[in-house]
Amino acid sequence: MLIEALFYVFGAILIAAALAVISARNPVYSALALVMCFITSAAIWLLIEAEFLAVVLVLVYVGAVMVLFLFVVMMLDVNLAELRQGFTRFAWLGWLTALAVILEIVGVVWARGGLGIDAGRGATPTAPTYSNTLELGRVLYTRYAYPFELAAMLLLVAIVAAIALTMRRRPGLKKQDVSRQVAVRRADRLRIVKMDAEKRS
Amino acid sequence: MLETLATTWLSLPDYARSTVWIVVITVVLIICVALLTLWERKVIGWMQLRRGPNRVRLFGLLPGMGQPFADVLKLLMKEVVIPTNSNKFLFRLAPIIALVPAFAAWAVIPLSPTVVVSKADAGLLYLLSLTSMGVYGVIIAGWAANSKYAFLGAMRSAAQMLAYEIAMGFALVGVLMATGSMNLGTIVRTQEGGLLSWNWSWLFPLLMVYFISGIAETNRAPFDVAEGESEIVAGFHVEYSGIAFALFFLAEYANMILISTLTAVFFFGGWQGPLQGYPGLGDTFLGQPSFLWLFLKVFCLLFLFLWFRATFPRYRYDQIMRLGWKALIPVTLVWIGVEMLLAVYRIGPWSRPWFQ
Repeated sequence: MLIEALFYVFGAILIAAALAVISARNPVYSALALVMCFITSAAIWLLIEAEFLAVVLVLVYVGAVMVLFLFVVMMLDVNLAELRQGFTRFAWLGWLTALAVILEIVGVVWARGGLGIDAGRGATPTAPTYSNTLELGRVLYTRYAYPFELAAMLLLVAIVAAIALTMRRRPGLKKQDVSRQVAVRRADRLRIVKMDAEKRS
Repeated sequence: MLETLATTWLSLPDYARSTVWIVVITVVLIICVALLTLWERKVIGWMQLRRGPNRVRLFGLLPGMGQPFADVLKLLMKEVVIPTNSNKFLFRLAPIIALVPAFAAWAVIPLSPTVVVSKADAGLLYLLSLTSMGVYGVIIAGWAANSKYAFLGAMRSAAQMLAYEIAMGFALVGVLMATGSMNLGTIVRTQEGGLLSWNWSWLFPLLMVYFISGIAETNRAPFDVAEGESEIVAGFHVEYSGIAFALFFLAEYANMILISTLTAVFFFGGWQGPLQGYPGLGDTFLGQPSFLWLFLKVFCLLFLFLWFRATFPRYRYDQIMRLGWKALIPVTLVWIGVEMLLAVYRIGPWSRPWFQ
């Protein structure tokens, strides 16, 4: 009962935050609303005892990805009027996407109902000794070890590609060479000039 | 009297006991922050051959004891100035966002063998995610103030925290490998057996990396470029006054205590006694696990924070980035490799029975 009430509370917050993401006038507000979305979905995942996924969602998206997003959005001077221009022109595409997503969700719920899983009933509570994290780790490193490693390799390739794309070597680029900075001696920088004292006039 | 109290305490439902502990921890933590600010000023004063604050007495106790409370009172009385062109909503929200993760993290920290608010199994991940959320307060404060200095401070802080979080996470991966659990209570329990079986001995490089990243993560000297007075006035909280400023201060010091506690839990055996299992002295209180040991460890680690502040000059921004990405992260990666070998050959913590 309490869990269901909490689910509806978090669900309402989630929908409100998601609407705020696309309707907020200020892009910084949009980014912050997206943070809110992630946190509430993590809370909903906690309700179905998927604590590992919930915490990782907050860790990865709220803790790292959205910080960078916010970083960029705050730095950019976004022209809002220009941004709003195509809003209604592409509305049909948005509606179409939303429809597709809704159909998919309904399909999944319906299919799971067909498999004999009561999707409307919520998660079955697990034993207190059951550790979601442990079980996930066990499966990931045994049964799905190769797909897991493959995903890791893909991410690595993506990182390398991103760095390779953005690393430009312009001619005449000034760079710091720390070992040279450290190795500097007084004689390299400082010259003591002997001077006769000025005569008092 | 005491017995009836104990029986009513035990007969209380779980949520009631948790609530009581949450209130107790929060209040004690706030008082600790107040005393820590005083201790910092005293210690740095002594290091610089000054006396530190010595005017305000509290109930005629030590001179200076009342200083933090007088400061809080002063800050409470002051006007909270909200800049005209700031984003008023976010400007007010930022100190709260900075404060919440610093306190919420205490939910999973085992304070003594029996006292822990939540025995969460993913406690370590929970801590990582909360410490990574601390940066929001800083960024939002810097942006909402609509001031160049504040914004520069926020940008610096965001980049720094992201960089050091990774090193911190990798260091914790090492702890995870050595203890085989993400539950903080279990992490402490696996370090059982006295001084030398705590994690610091086999994970020494990781301890260094973790503590250094912790100092960077809390924006303390020598990593305090986010509020570097000589360059950007006061950084992200330059526009804050009165109690709003005090909240940032509170969050910073609460985070210091948190990082010290976590270092104690992960690397110094939390509430384990130092001479546990040693013949003779191990049977006395020196070998008994208790909150006292955690407190002592945290106290020593907090002293390091103050000591560093009084000793080191501030890092240059590019040096901070270099240290984070090019020194600390490689160290953790190498040590995780070393740990793999140790684990395969069952050396050190991996020779313990629960890894067989």
